[in-house]
Amino acid sequence: MSQSNPSSLWNALVASGDGHDSFIGGAEACAPRSALVTGSILDGRADELRGCSVVVVTANQLTAALTLFELDGIARRIILYPGELTLDYLPFVVDAAEVDAVVSDRTTFGSNVPHVRYFMPCAHKIVPQNYDRSGQCQTEWVLLTSGTVGPPKLVVHTLSSLTGVIRPNQSQPGNVVWSTFYDIRRYGGLQIFLRATLTGTSLILSSPEESTSNFLARAGAHGVTHISGTPSHWRRALMSPSIRLMSPEYVRLSGEIADQAILNQLKTAYPQARLAHAFATTEAGVAFEVNDGQSGFPATVVEQTQNVEIKIEDQTLRIRSSRTANRYLGNHAPEIKDAVGFVDTRDMVELRNGRYFFVGRRDGIINVGGIKVHPEEVEAVINQHPSVRMSMVHAKKNPVTGAIVVADVILSASATPQESNGNELQREIMHFCRQTLSSYKVPAMINFVSTLPISESGKIARSNA
Amino acid sequence: MNVRSEIVSQFTQVAQENDKQLAPLEDNLELLASGLDSLCFAVVVVRLEGTFGVDPFSNSENAHFPVTFGEFVRFYENVAK
Repeated sequence: MSQSNPSSLWNALVASGDGHDSFIGGAEACAPRSALVTGSILDGRADELRGCSVVVVTANQLTAALTLFELDGIARRIILYPGELTLDYLPFVVDAAEVDAVVSDRTTFGSNVPHVRYFMPCAHKIVPQNYDRSGQCQTEWVLLTSGTVGPPKLVVHTLSSLTGVIRPNQSQPGNVVWSTFYDIRRYGGLQIFLRATLTGTSLILSSPEESTSNFLARAGAHGVTHISGTPSHWRRALMSPSIRLMSPEYVRLSGEIADQAILNQLKTAYPQARLAHAFATTEAGVAFEVNDGQSGFPATVVEQTQNVEIKIEDQTLRIRSSRTANRYLGNHAPEIKDAVGFVDTRDMVELRNGRYFFVGRRDGIINVGGIKVHPEEVEAVINQHPSVRMSMVHAKKNPVTGAIVVADVILSASATPQESNGNELQREIMHFCRQTLSSYKVPAMINFVSTLPISESGKIARSNA
Repeated sequence: MNVRSEIVSQFTQVAQENDKQLAPLEDNLELLASGLDSLCFAVVVVRLEGTFGVDPFSNSENAHFPVTFGEFVRFYENVAK
């Protein structure tokens, strides 16, 4: 078996060597690599979960990371439940992924107590345990992404598809310290966790409890050399004076489209760093990265990317490689790949002077700081307001979150606003939205208009910006 | 139109809408310590564009987001002139 195709995560950990002092650092505690090899956070009981479908739902990122070393190759399926995701979806996930066991550091689940055969608590520290770690199965790794409306989609990968892009010996481990703003239970963060594991480097994890400034200070104190985040993570970091406490050699952006402004700002903040923006999605995997400091990507990427086939069809970017996800879980789930194995990313591109630029989403999805917002969901809420006849929700470019939600609204005939109370009605509709929608879905601005573009099929004609 | 008072009013309004506790808006206040999160700042910028008719960040690809409240106000004062 090749090194880039580890038989299990624990085997990869052992194979990457323990001849140096690498570790995984959380906000409150650090776990040395040597302890990960011989210790357990599950009281040595991971063996009991052989063949089970297991959801890891921990409050703490470090705890989640440690359980993965014990469960991969043992569990039939591991579902990574992101820290910031509401527990309201837990019963749905338990059902859709046929979950047998919950592994958690939580003691309460509110009204979402999962009905499963096993509940396995994880400790807050690693205890030396000698137990059978031989992997028996190729575990399915399940990541959650935001669904059209309502519950998340469950995306199935394997360790092999997740690590396809990682070359174990590409770095000198002693010199590299990785970090990421992402939660490692999201695709972008998981990539960094696996990269650090397979290359034997240390990893500094972020924490939702910690301010951006404190995280940057901690990353700086640990001598982080390589760090990744979304453009929105980086925009927020650039608002902190603590950005200067870190001096990375390599700065990576993914998860959202990197515009020229954020690339220029990072080049100014870290002139010594190599700057890369990667195109990767949970479904399509890591497709390619761009290293020339310019937004978009050279047309040559389409032909010359190794191990990944890229094509542009009907204006959207499509990817085929061994790194794409296998399928969605659940009844009536749509196909991830087309008949010939390509994943349609639905990201629209335009060729200008030998370079492709991203021009929006085929389905009008708005990416607000890395969180996907479906315009139809917001429109459905706005349209329930008694003064509204119809609405169209779209993206507006934003220097903080990349994009933000705004709405064009046609008022019902009886509700045409007077000059004096127009603002009041705008606020009232926003307040109405806030009662049912998450804050990032609430329009930041509402424009009253007299017409909306309607296509021949009678649907709202969405622009792609 | 007084740029500072418009900005103060938007910070206050957005904090209230999002149930955020706003720190006293003094010039040396770091924006990240103001009590507003990224989404709030994103909304403030959109609303201020509505008020002033200009988004100073779209004017330049090299414009850094201000770090303190005072810098934020000056940033808008410079383009609103």
